[in-house]
Amino acid sequence: MLLQSLPLVFVLAGVALYTVLGGADLGAGFWQLASARDNDGRSIREFAHRAMAPVWETNHVWLIFILTVLWTSYPKAFASITSTLAVPLFIALLGIVARGAAYALRAGATTPRESGRIDSIFALSSILVPFALGTAIGGIASNRVPVGNAAGHMWSSWLNSTSIVIGILAVASSAYMAAVYLAADAAHDGEQTLERSFRLRALGSGVVAGAVAIAGVFVVNADDHHLFHSLLSGRALAAVIVSGLAGLATLLFVYRRRYELARYEASLAVAAIVAGWALSRWPTILPALTVHQAAADHDTLVCVVVAVLGGAVVLMPSLAVLFGLTVGGRFRDDERSAPEQGTGIRRAVNVRLLARVAVACLIAGFGLLNIADAEWAHAVGVTCLLGFVGIGFCAIVVPALDAQAADR
Amino acid sequence: MSPHSLTAAFPPVNQHYLLQARQMQALSFAVHIPLVAFGISFPAMVLFVEWLGHRRKDELYLTLARRWSKVMVTLFAVGVITGTVLSFEMGLLWPNFTGTFGPVFGLGFALEGFSFFLEAIFIGIYVYGWRRLSPRVHLLSGIPIVITGVTGSLLVIAVNAWMNHPGGFTIRHGKVVHVDPLRALFGNSYLWNELIHMYVAAYIVTGFVLASCYAFCRLRGRWTRYERTAMTIPLTIGALAAPVQILVGDWAARDVAQTQPIKLAAIEGLYKTTRGAPEHLLGWYSDHQLKGAIAVPHLLSILTDHSWNGRVLGLDSVPASQRPPVNVVHWAFQTMVGIGSLLALVGAIYLGIWVVRRRLPQTPLFYYALMLAGPLSVVALIAGWVVTEVGRQPWVVYHVMPTAAAVTGAHGIPVGYSVLAGAYVIVAAALAWILRRLARAPLNLPLEPPSQLQAA
Repeated sequence: MLLQSLPLVFVLAGVALYTVLGGADLGAGFWQLASARDNDGRSIREFAHRAMAPVWETNHVWLIFILTVLWTSYPKAFASITSTLAVPLFIALLGIVARGAAYALRAGATTPRESGRIDSIFALSSILVPFALGTAIGGIASNRVPVGNAAGHMWSSWLNSTSIVIGILAVASSAYMAAVYLAADAAHDGEQTLERSFRLRALGSGVVAGAVAIAGVFVVNADDHHLFHSLLSGRALAAVIVSGLAGLATLLFVYRRRYELARYEASLAVAAIVAGWALSRWPTILPALTVHQAAADHDTLVCVVVAVLGGAVVLMPSLAVLFGLTVGGRFRDDERSAPEQGTGIRRAVNVRLLARVAVACLIAGFGLLNIADAEWAHAVGVTCLLGFVGIGFCAIVVPALDAQAADR
Repeated sequence: MSPHSLTAAFPPVNQHYLLQARQMQALSFAVHIPLVAFGISFPAMVLFVEWLGHRRKDELYLTLARRWSKVMVTLFAVGVITGTVLSFEMGLLWPNFTGTFGPVFGLGFALEGFSFFLEAIFIGIYVYGWRRLSPRVHLLSGIPIVITGVTGSLLVIAVNAWMNHPGGFTIRHGKVVHVDPLRALFGNSYLWNELIHMYVAAYIVTGFVLASCYAFCRLRGRWTRYERTAMTIPLTIGALAAPVQILVGDWAARDVAQTQPIKLAAIEGLYKTTRGAPEHLLGWYSDHQLKGAIAVPHLLSILTDHSWNGRVLGLDSVPASQRPPVNVVHWAFQTMVGIGSLLALVGAIYLGIWVVRRRLPQTPLFYYALMLAGPLSVVALIAGWVVTEVGRQPWVVYHVMPTAAAVTGAHGIPVGYSVLAGAYVIVAAALAWILRRLARAPLNLPLEPPSQLQAA
């Protein structure tokens, strides 16, 4: 049973991380839209863009992680969810496309007017994505996704009060995550004005997110009494309480300007509510589908667990390096250090010899890959052909570039 | 394995818009694959140029690497979104495929997710770390991008190879059992020829597309050392890779002949099973024969079987419902091979002039041809994938699951299709706009020599 549930733990951890990291990313767009059309607003938009540009692709990959682990480990659940909730997921997808395009475009914008227009597209799509994904989560939470190929209702599965309140909550919490992240970043850079404005925004959006969460409890009670009841009993209740306390604590940390701690507390608040939700419906994953029934074969699950744990070993240090560089502000320093001029030491390359070896590789590769029939011959043949490209490249490019440097 | 023995995760649905779903998938794929080609090969070229710059202490190479890295990150960003579309479509369009076979092939995508993660992290470090990291660290930070570009596509191609040549599971009483994902993905002979074919294609596409941009500069009269250097490096790679691709393609075709004989029959428009089959060029398939084609006697048997009178299976060996659309596959193949041969010719001219005269070609005709070679190489890449994917039809998992059994039961496919197509038009226009902007940014090279075109 542990093996069958472990990938689900990974998925839920992915959901929590995407809410926090991806949320910060999406929320940056919210603040771009909400900032005034004057100089202050422009500096806020500019800062939000520069802070997110190096990390957005990375933050975004958590979503891919969730999808792939889900479809490998719980294929039936994945297929039921994506086919019933095709509309909100497609809307989220369009939002992701628009955001990514806006990021790419921003690099080419030269005038404030151009960047302003691009920022508007970016901001609108940044609100659309968490809202649509939130409504999808709401559909799953309120048991509106039955098992089957598009077995649930195309519209009411995600256009219902629970879905909408979770969608709004997703937007509000994203705005909060972004404000905290940007305040921390501004503090690092010593940008006091910006830090003040983002801190204020963090406090405001944090209060709003909390209010939406509390209002959400009543909405859920009216819409799906069963979900309400199961969230407020047993182990789920403990998780909900932890989430509420962590939510309060994160606001307190923002107030005290301890932004790093605030981010950890916010992650805890999200993780706790996700855990509480999972516990409240344990062991079912969708109506009439338990985790055990939904899980893939033993060997696949072992592979997924090994892959995720092994991947994490490589991933975590890399992520630490990236965030260390971005939050540390090293990417914002625009100092240009020109390399010292000089003529390098050039090792004489025996070009003729290289060229002969390359031709020999080509002939050997042709014989082994195209004339011979044995598998081993094909493997050696392919290696020879790739060797031809590599060695041939050295043989030609070195003298050719020398010739160009000498302006011939 | 009999196709009728499979019971999918969900009972089949009656999807009126199966063809539109397939077209939507094909569109998403065709948009994504050229970006993948750049993802595989561009980082290695950028790193090579940066390494040259440090080694020779030459600002020109560093400028080139910096400018290319901006293009690289832009293409990567667009690749991220088009790739996301593809992973969403696995669920949005083909839930019964993913729901049934997710445990068999899904691991490939899960691993690819990590590879993609690392690629995104290091591309962020590399591109935003110019001048902020020491030259050595910066160069090193690019190496994971090269590696993950290779591993990421390896894993996705492993899934595609599995769809074409499935294994690593058993069907018992209609259920998919005894799943061995590692054998399914990596114990597959098909993986290797698809992989090598795609890799070489990636270098050809990146090489010729970049070279064609600088050929355009030359025709416009801008031809300083910067443009010549920027053209020489990718063109040399493309010129060397193009002939190799012909040999690799021959190998791939022999594997197709063995494992997917019906795909080969569609490529050749061969209706009747034939001994000593001829190879056909051009022609239109109708009424069970290829009309107006040029036949080279016995060549097909020699190529696929290495024998004068080798037997080649025809389309008539399977019922009509199990044949792919012949003209699409046949013409996609002709396009790919035709363009591939032209590219090899352009490359051979460049290499020949270099070996004999030790200089670049001078005739404008060559540069016009090169300018066309870039876009044509992209067409060949897409045509090649059309051969693989349309040639696999009507199966999503070859001889195991029909595509019709994989499709979603959701409504509104035509709406999604047209909205996505519209979004892609906008993204393409935006990409063109930004690449133009990046190309027009001033070079800021110290001691820029005047245009050398007149002197040359």
